[in-house]
Amino acid sequence: MSTHDLIVPAAAAAARPWRERLGTMVPILVLAPSIAASFIYVFVFTLWTLYISLSNSSLLPTYGFVGLDNYASLWANRRWNIAYTNLFLFSGFYIVGSMAVGLLLAIAIDQRVRGEAAWRTIFLYPLAVSFIVTGTVWSWLYNPVDGIQAFVRGLGWTDFSFALTANRNTAIYAVIITGIWQSSGFAMALFLAGLRSVDPDLVKAAQIDGASVFRTYRRVILPTIAPIFLAVAVIQIQFAIKTFDLVAALTRGGPGVSTTFPAIYVYDLMFQRGQIGEGAAAAMMMLAAVAAVLVPYSLWIVWRRRAEGRNG
Amino acid sequence: MSALMIRNLHKSYGSLEILAGINLEAKTGEFVALVGPSGCGKSTLLAMIAGLETVTSGEIWIGDRLVNSVQPKDRDIAMVFQSYALYPTMTVRQNITFGMESRGVPKAAQAEAVQRVAALLQIEQLLKRKPGQLSGGQRQRVAMGRALVRDPKLFLFDEPLSNLDAKLRVDMRTEIKKLHHRVGKTTVYVTHDQVEAMTLASRIAVMNQGSVQQFDTPKRIYDRPTNMFVAGFMGSPAMNFIPARLTGSTSISVRAADGSDASLALAAPMPAGAPKDIVLGIRPEHIYRFTTDLKSRKPAVASMQAPVELVEPTGAETLAVLRLGDLEITGRFEPDDAPVMGETITLGIDMSRACLFDPTTKALL
Repeated sequence: MSTHDLIVPAAAAAARPWRERLGTMVPILVLAPSIAASFIYVFVFTLWTLYISLSNSSLLPTYGFVGLDNYASLWANRRWNIAYTNLFLFSGFYIVGSMAVGLLLAIAIDQRVRGEAAWRTIFLYPLAVSFIVTGTVWSWLYNPVDGIQAFVRGLGWTDFSFALTANRNTAIYAVIITGIWQSSGFAMALFLAGLRSVDPDLVKAAQIDGASVFRTYRRVILPTIAPIFLAVAVIQIQFAIKTFDLVAALTRGGPGVSTTFPAIYVYDLMFQRGQIGEGAAAAMMMLAAVAAVLVPYSLWIVWRRRAEGRNG
Repeated sequence: MSALMIRNLHKSYGSLEILAGINLEAKTGEFVALVGPSGCGKSTLLAMIAGLETVTSGEIWIGDRLVNSVQPKDRDIAMVFQSYALYPTMTVRQNITFGMESRGVPKAAQAEAVQRVAALLQIEQLLKRKPGQLSGGQRQRVAMGRALVRDPKLFLFDEPLSNLDAKLRVDMRTEIKKLHHRVGKTTVYVTHDQVEAMTLASRIAVMNQGSVQQFDTPKRIYDRPTNMFVAGFMGSPAMNFIPARLTGSTSISVRAADGSDASLALAAPMPAGAPKDIVLGIRPEHIYRFTTDLKSRKPAVASMQAPVELVEPTGAETLAVLRLGDLEITGRFEPDDAPVMGETITLGIDMSRACLFDPTTKALL
């Protein structure tokens, strides 16, 4: 190899560094705009929002420092408390529900059913519909006057009652059900990919070991695809925390304030009521909720990669 | 009594026939190898014995039970898979006990069985690890442990060594052989490697295109292959097939490199009714350099001239490519006595070890 270096002509050796330098710079040049943009839009604006949340901004951003006043008034507000409670209620049911439904669908499709591609498309289809459309369509379905209730009553069951969105105690469940409908196909697609990646010999081995189908799934197959559960959960959580358009279209936060979500509340404060400072504080609380989920997850990923690296 | 008996077994997927009437038998304690090229149906046959594939027609008996429609778990078998199929999220101990757990064996008995098997396979120090933390050879042992712990009537191995590197494969082969000696369980072993089959098995079933070509001891299979497929498949380098003409009841002639006919005397007279044109099958190790000393030691040796086209020394032996008419044959020589490239050597062919085939039916004459 050293002889090879020696026979490179002097001229070529002089020309090479600049070509090489260009070669190493290309990735940087290509990535620079998006890195700069994400830096500005994510970090700079996050810090700016943080500062605004500590300021006395009202209709327009101003920079009078008021400490944690905005946070105090935020948490003193009953509507914000409902919104934050709703966020946890919705996230919990929505994530567990869509994963459970998605997993059941994936397992059902994994039994080598006929017309698998058709089923997959059907269940994945809701994901192709925007939350606004989903919300609008489901708001019609929930509507007692011309939705499912009216339809079933029309069939003759005149006592039938299905008006989740009309009641402030049940409206949140209407949002949850709609959310599950929208995203369980997505969970299904990921779970199905996971199930398909499981070595079929594992299933045969379990069969010879005398494990029932249920036991094979519980002890052998599902533990094998555990990382997929985590991935699905993390993706769903950030969907849940950002929930805005679904609720905006489905219930508009109502009846009353019963289905207010933090994102709706932030929008309201900032753009309807001219309380930018308090709105920024609410936005920071949403960031805290996302971070509470994503930071441990990223740390776990890093830790696992290190552990794998150690074991070779 | 036979531990395994297969009668006229068929398997087809729609109109595609995978197995066409398999008959096979394994006596108690016997080690049977199923060997054949890929797609010959050997793995399907094994899966059918295990109950992982359905039977189209025919019978499978394990012990004195017809098991055609018995669930895999109730067949009293254990299987080692090519990929080992260890449960990745369980420790080695859990992998081994999973079957007993599913069957509801008491905890104390489970622990005892694990100890016994772990000691047998020397994997005690691995019991707390997960499969991902094991080397290929260790995984192989654990897979065997999981099979052994069941104490089954029948052991099934599906190409268990094909995922290992060459050296480890030889080590594990020896180990499987030792283990079989110690445990003495009836074993059916699928492989595409004829050396594995030869070294391990007490009987070999050579399969091709969904049927058993020959089912016999390794020695009989190697020395008296029943047809040209078996002769060509078993042994490496493969047996040389040389077209020949019958010139009398005890002599044949083959085409030499210069186009002339060389006459070779047969070791035994041909049966009456044999075709005029035959194929002479001769293994590379039965081709020698002709000397008078050789002739006195092996009276059945016939001699002819052949130019040496290529020499391949492997260390332990030297392979020489020899020209014969318009075909090339391989001879296996002692490195010290090996021919050199370009030399024309006088070959001594041990005709007592030759196999003669009918070129149309491909069967041994």
